[in-house]
Amino acid sequence: MIEFRSVGKQFADGTRALADFSLTIPSHSTTVLVGPSGCGKTTLLRSINRMEDPTEGQILIDDHDIARRDPIQLRRSIGYVMQHAGLLPHRRVIDNVATQLRLNGVPKAEARRRSSEMLETVGLGSSLHRKYPSQLSGGQQQRVGVARALVHDPNILLMDEPFSAVDPIVRAELRDELLRLQQELKKTIVFVTHDIEEAFALGDQVVVLKTGGEIAQVGSPVDLLARPAEAFVEEFIGLQQGGRRLRVQDAYGRRIVVDEHGRPAGVLE
Amino acid sequence: MNWVVANADRLGDLLWQHTWISAIAIGLGFVLALVVGWSAYILRSSHRKAVRQLSGVIISASSLLYTVPSLPLFVILPTILGLGWLNPLNVLIALVIYAFALMVRGVVDALHAVPDTVRDSSIACGFNKLQLGLYVMLPLAAPVMLATLRVVSVSTVSLLSIGALIGVENLGSLFTNGFNRNFPTEIITGVVLTIALALLFDLVLLMAGRVLMPWQSALRAAGES
Repeated sequence: MIEFRSVGKQFADGTRALADFSLTIPSHSTTVLVGPSGCGKTTLLRSINRMEDPTEGQILIDDHDIARRDPIQLRRSIGYVMQHAGLLPHRRVIDNVATQLRLNGVPKAEARRRSSEMLETVGLGSSLHRKYPSQLSGGQQQRVGVARALVHDPNILLMDEPFSAVDPIVRAELRDELLRLQQELKKTIVFVTHDIEEAFALGDQVVVLKTGGEIAQVGSPVDLLARPAEAFVEEFIGLQQGGRRLRVQDAYGRRIVVDEHGRPAGVLE
Repeated sequence: MNWVVANADRLGDLLWQHTWISAIAIGLGFVLALVVGWSAYILRSSHRKAVRQLSGVIISASSLLYTVPSLPLFVILPTILGLGWLNPLNVLIALVIYAFALMVRGVVDALHAVPDTVRDSSIACGFNKLQLGLYVMLPLAAPVMLATLRVVSVSTVSLLSIGALIGVENLGSLFTNGFNRNFPTEIITGVVLTIALALLFDLVLLMAGRVLMPWQSALRAAGES
């Protein structure tokens, strides 16, 4: 469980990113932080592994205040995937994946063996293991990033818009892959995105944020759709644009679902 | 050609003298620049404005050393250092200063050229500061550093020739001697050997880069496709 208690963050130049932010992120499920740019979602994510330190309040992981933990050790115990995979261009794919194992003192041979297994798990065959990151496609690099974040079996996986730099088809593939992995691994995933579709597809709990890190609503995707707390949420999740207001029409004896503009969205079974 | 064969021993001595002085000057200049340049790079990311300005001052002052004319420096150094006129150390130290001056900015630029995303994700993985410097920043800055080092190398080999004017023996002695005796063969021999040595240094650096940075050719190939 990750707990934010009245967390505030003011940067050295005086800009305020967060004020009095409180949130509980349950274990073994996926929490998505979603909001427009400037809502502080990345700052929140980066404060979980102490890439940023809050100026006020506390963050607790399993009831322990992380301010008392050594940041280096803390980071080595957490998995982190970012928008651009951020792989080391001078190391082979397999050694990139082995990074955190090696930092945690696992011997090289064992680290490589486990990395190789993890690469297979994320769908990258052995022909790619000895290549350099630049020889892979964007989607493949992102898979390597995911493998690197999972190989040391962390409890917590932080993901900062990990799929936003790849094309829509690959993005959908990676999203399905993550859902499959999560079913198996049951990690505590904190996922940051500005894409509400992605938030609904992945999140057990979705946190809608407003500018300045203020929480508009916390709930499951169903909660948000059925009971949006305010106009901001309605607009952000698309209830006001018509794309999500669906109606049923009869056609050729079947029931077709159409959106507000009458464009067909699917068939009702 | 007869003259070259007859003087092979002396030419060999001069070539050797030229090689070791240049090599040491390039090496020391690089190490000094690495230390000063890296410090300036760290200071530049400080959140205090005065510290950031200090970084700029260090880089500019170091680079300005290159504008000191070489001949006066060769003449003044023995007096300052008190080493005696014919001591090759005078010339060596002057060359270290020039190599350092050329190299400093190259080091800072090379470190800045390391992509922020790679740096950031490495910190997230849990590299400590020393590991980050050694295993991430240094290898990734190396290609840009090597490019500057190649310029420094050629410049050092040619600059050393001027040292012959104050009597320190090296390939440049073939020019001074040849001019005094109005003997073109000796001058041409000096020019050819100096260029050959500069090319050899460049080749060694290029090969070292290929061996130490195999990932660079993968990157180039990816860029072309």
